[in-house]
Amino acid sequence: MDTFIQLVIDGLALGSVYAALALAIVLVNQSTGLINFSQGAMAVLSAYFAYVLIGWGFPTILAILGSIVVSFLLGAIVERLLIRRFEGGDPDTAVVVTIGLLTLFTGIAGWIWGYNNRQFPSLFPLETVDILGAVVSVRSIGTTLTIVGIMVVLQLLFQGTKLGLALRAVAINPSSAAYSGLPVGRLLMIGWGLAAALGAVAGALVAPALTLTPGMMDTALVYALAAVIIGGLNSPLGAVVAAWGIGVLENLAAVYVPFIGYDLKIAVPFIILFVVLLVRPQGLFGRKVVVRV
Amino acid sequence: MTLLELDNVTAWYGPVQVLDGVSLSVPDNGAVGILGANGAGKTTTLRAISGAVRTGGRITYDGRDIRGLHPEQVAKLGIAHVPEGRGTLGQLTVRENLRVGAYLRKDRKAVAEDLDYCLELFPNLKDRISSSASALSGGEQQMLAVARAFMARPRLLLLDEASLGLAPSTAKAVYEAIRRLRLESGIAMLIVEQNANLAFTLVDSAIVLETGRNVLSGSSAELKGMDEIRRAYLGG
Ligand SMILES: Nc1ncnc2c1ncn2[C@@H]1O[C@H](COP(=O)(O)OP(=O)(O)OP(=O)(O)O)[C@@H](O)[C@H]1O
Ligand SMILES: [Mg+2]
Repeated sequence: MDTFIQLVIDGLALGSVYAALALAIVLVNQSTGLINFSQGAMAVLSAYFAYVLIGWGFPTILAILGSIVVSFLLGAIVERLLIRRFEGGDPDTAVVVTIGLLTLFTGIAGWIWGYNNRQFPSLFPLETVDILGAVVSVRSIGTTLTIVGIMVVLQLLFQGTKLGLALRAVAINPSSAAYSGLPVGRLLMIGWGLAAALGAVAGALVAPALTLTPGMMDTALVYALAAVIIGGLNSPLGAVVAAWGIGVLENLAAVYVPFIGYDLKIAVPFIILFVVLLVRPQGLFGRKVVVRV
Repeated sequence: MTLLELDNVTAWYGPVQVLDGVSLSVPDNGAVGILGANGAGKTTTLRAISGAVRTGGRITYDGRDIRGLHPEQVAKLGIAHVPEGRGTLGQLTVRENLRVGAYLRKDRKAVAEDLDYCLELFPNLKDRISSSASALSGGEQQMLAVARAFMARPRLLLLDEASLGLAPSTAKAVYEAIRRLRLESGIAMLIVEQNANLAFTLVDSAIVLETGRNVLSGSSAELKGMDEIRRAYLGG
């Protein structure tokens, strides 16, 4: 029983990293209709920003906050200078552009910082606590709570503020929104900026466990995409729940299903993905949309 | 006083020229119609005013040249546009659609009053205030589109085929409400309408477009008397 609790909570923490990235992907998709395949690579760059700030002697928390701000600007600039040219055009072209960005950002990170693993300090203490007899790491709990907090903030932003309403309106119908005076271009920049800021959180959460490398987010991106599809592309809550589900099942399957083990556990989200899509093509929480990937 | 004046306006979709010299003027508090067959360029004329297409010629609003401005800048100047197909924000609720309409306004109390006014003008919306806009009937969506435009408190309303796809009685009810809106608010209106009978219940004058240029204009009474208008747009 205590192993089980431990696996579940560690699985939630693992899933929370996928969830942060999944939320970023949902955010971009909600505001531009695109899937940003470079979201993970942008998160890696963010983690390196934080790494540099830590190197300059900033406390970890300040370094991460700093990287969140820089990432927001990076996301907004990428939208303005690059993605803007492809919006409203052929979505397939735009998707290829984001895949190009994935390669570019990974390359930039490797070129500047090399491909060696670098240690990244954890925001949370390395202690453990006792929950119902199970030994659970404070880092796992902290990671999970961080995602819960972010989800609440996002929900408040989108449902409770004028900015959130404007972001949603522009996502649904930009030209109609413009007729009501909404600054469409600026709102799209904000959407991409917020997504990149979320990615920065994901990067800071995953880096201590995996150590920092340019390819750190590759697996997480694949899992996040699976979570987004399972949860429904237009549902932040769905994405988070699906990401948690993936994290937990991945952990449990590795231990309790003998033939899966640690080698095959990467296949777990895809088995879930296929089953969910067979039963509910629009995802667990999503409304029907045409997804062009 | 003239509020809006188009002088020899041209418009392009990419390399294709669609408007070939449209001229018209809307007086303060006036209502002007644009009639014409499918593809004549009625919708494009409204898009040209809103800055949603590339244009040439001169577009003067309230004494200043607004040609080349972006749609959101045009909206800021007090021009609200109910686009063809209504532009309803389907996943948002009726209330949220109306709040989007009032996006540029800071006077919260007046916004609340105008919201009440809209719900009184379109009682159907009142019962559906919290349902998502995509769940409304076609007529209700059209009412919502008009109400949303009104929530901006514009000086000029551009209205594109409010009767499109509606049952005749529903279309009549929508136009009746718009007429009341015009009387009570004094908003100037430029109205595109295929159904000339409906248009003439609302407008003081109209122009007729044919392949991107005006071929006729006159007061409602004059136009209604013309044989070619009767044959082409009034059903005999
Ligand atoms: N997005 C577009 N790209 C290219 N051509 C367009 C576009 N929209 C309209 N057109 C063309 O421009 C011309 C004028 O179209 P417009 O929509 O202004 O006509 P309309 O008078 O509003 O017609 P309707 O009564 O059918 O709404 C038509 O020949 C149409 O095919
Ligand atoms: Mg039209």
